[in-house]
Amino acid sequence: MHISLFITCYNDTLFPRTGQSVVRVLERLGHTVEFPLEQTCCGQMHFNTGYAREAYPLAKRFVEIFADAEAVCIPSSSCVAMIREYYPALARENGDAAMAAAVDRLLPRLFEFSELLVDRLGVTDVGAYFPHRVTYHASCHGLRSLHLGDKPMQLLRAVGGLELVPLEGLEQCCGFGGTFAVKNADVSAAMLTDKTRAVLNTRAEVCTACDNSCLMHMQGMLHRQFAGVRTLHIAEVLAGTEDAPA
Amino acid sequence: MSLVQIERGSHEARAHDAHTLDPRTASPFPAAAKIDLRDTQLRRNVARATDTIQRKRAALVEEKTDWQALRDAGAAIRREALTNLDRYLLEFEERFQAAGGTVHWAANASEANRIVLGILREHEASEVIKIKSMTTAEIGLNDFLARHDVAAYETDLAELILQLGDDQPSHIVVPALHKNRQQVREIFARTMGLPDLTDDPEALTAAARRYLREKFLRVKTAICGGNFLIAETGGLAIVESEGNGRMCLTLPETLIAIVGIEKVIPRFADLEVLLQTLPRSATGERMNPYNSIWSGVVPGDGPKNMHVVLLDNGRTRVLRDAIGRQTLQCIRCGACQNACPVYRQTGGHAYGSVYAGPIGAILTPQLEDMRYAQSLPYASSLCGACYEVCPVKINIPEVLVHLRARVVDRGRRKLASLFDQERAGMMMMAAVFANRSRYEAAQRLARTAQRAVRHGDAWYHWLPGMAGRWTETRDLAPLPQQTFREWWQQRGQP
Repeated sequence: MHISLFITCYNDTLFPRTGQSVVRVLERLGHTVEFPLEQTCCGQMHFNTGYAREAYPLAKRFVEIFADAEAVCIPSSSCVAMIREYYPALARENGDAAMAAAVDRLLPRLFEFSELLVDRLGVTDVGAYFPHRVTYHASCHGLRSLHLGDKPMQLLRAVGGLELVPLEGLEQCCGFGGTFAVKNADVSAAMLTDKTRAVLNTRAEVCTACDNSCLMHMQGMLHRQFAGVRTLHIAEVLAGTEDAPA
Repeated sequence: MSLVQIERGSHEARAHDAHTLDPRTASPFPAAAKIDLRDTQLRRNVARATDTIQRKRAALVEEKTDWQALRDAGAAIRREALTNLDRYLLEFEERFQAAGGTVHWAANASEANRIVLGILREHEASEVIKIKSMTTAEIGLNDFLARHDVAAYETDLAELILQLGDDQPSHIVVPALHKNRQQVREIFARTMGLPDLTDDPEALTAAARRYLREKFLRVKTAICGGNFLIAETGGLAIVESEGNGRMCLTLPETLIAIVGIEKVIPRFADLEVLLQTLPRSATGERMNPYNSIWSGVVPGDGPKNMHVVLLDNGRTRVLRDAIGRQTLQCIRCGACQNACPVYRQTGGHAYGSVYAGPIGAILTPQLEDMRYAQSLPYASSLCGACYEVCPVKINIPEVLVHLRARVVDRGRRKLASLFDQERAGMMMMAAVFANRSRYEAAQRLARTAQRAVRHGDAWYHWLPGMAGRWTETRDLAPLPQQTFREWWQQRGQP
């Protein structure tokens, strides 16, 4: 399959290894990956903070760039949720019938990374090797908007050498919430304290998720505490093999 | 007065000041939350109570195999009612009055308060007993009556605790959930004159029962809210768990209900759905122990005078907003509060409104026409737990984001917005994201700036401006040496 990668603006800038890992996994499975260089941001940050007017041109731009893709892979649940849940309304509210129609056509071909693997490509064993104790954090958008369920866990359970330990309070938000983390920094920190406590209780050395935004948040506190836990996007966990570990 | 008492007194006074539940004067949510986050007793009480209710709810939702269908049906009923509100309200009025009741229409809080006072004066009532009602809290009825020499006695156990403790509700259904039984014992012992009272729950309820019984038997007028108004039958439906409501609804001669206009439902049969979802969502019960419906006056049974005050107080305006109007579907179960990770940390007082938690975050600013409580739509990480548990499927995250846009759009017209750090950042980012070369230049520029201030790959422990709120409790990794797109271009096409 020919897969178009929407890396997302923050993965592009802050987590390039996630994108490299997505490419590595998909190519290892025999697919070709293309990366349209015109892409920037889906508009989520603007939209969720109340700047819907500024989000609209970004959304329109995204739809134009990926209109002809066979499949779009996005290694971020929250960006997928933004596109699925709010692009149709953004088009409608701006009276943009052409965009609305293009969104309708695009949505069935748009996948979060673990969705693409499990639902569209039908694989759970991607030939990965990752000999570490790992816990999985379910991001809110993955859990409640995308209904990823245990798809990420199916992928992780098939990884050689990986010891998967359950995270207590899996359905609880880590407190990131985009600009919430700075606008309500104290409440956000209280939520994050509960989340990192649960992570530390697992005695895992790696915490993984389908969203680098939550992971950046959790890593922020774990790093401050010298906690001895690192965070890795699920693509990076799935990228390593016995011959070439991640 | 001992030193301990002085300290406690000043602490309570401070806590009370911080907890004004008037959205027009309350502190913004982040400031109020910061105070309550330091209250370890409050946080333990709120966490324990919400955990318990959530566990009970989850078990009872689990056993309903048609739960999602019930949610859909509940949402459809409420939407139908709101879409035809004018018709159903008139239908209710006609039926209720035909059966001997009286219906009043109040455009706002002060009108509603004056109507109630007028009825009380007519019956020469100087005291009333009350069933727990968020609507009367919304309009500040108790304070209003006190100013006009009418004593209002709360008869719901939690409301009694708050009234005697000079406190405010922090939850829609469990208004004193921020208090534990040791604190309740202290309030009862002090205000009821019972120095030997223990904190045994049975002893506490027995004390409340003795205190209230005398009032049930003496006071001739009751004030309540209403869970549902049934248009088809002209019925006023009230559900409760303690029996205090049944006492207030049957013993007095005069009954006054203050009910928001959105509470109407079309048909009696609609209760089949809502009386399954409401108790399960609210208190984790299959049904409420007491379900009362008065459809007008019944000679020889119950109150001889029945009044329903239909309260608008901003609701009609909420109906005009195509996205915001789903807020009025709410049946006040409080499930969103128990599920909300923000509410679970702060409790309800930080919201500065009688409506706290996710539903309060969308209802309060709309009732205030977005002029007050503008921080509330931001008091959410948009995790979606509220929407997931809502028995009438209010898409609270959608409304939160919509209201944020209304807050931002109000600000756009103001000159001061030109100097707003957040707005300036958002405008700059929008311009950067609109164009590939600008975006790539910004990525390079950020890295250049980083080289000027950082050595090697050291993490950030301090950042300036708004970003500094992040680094108060969290580190931030430095920007990597290469963006993904640089790597991709360097790698060349496979």
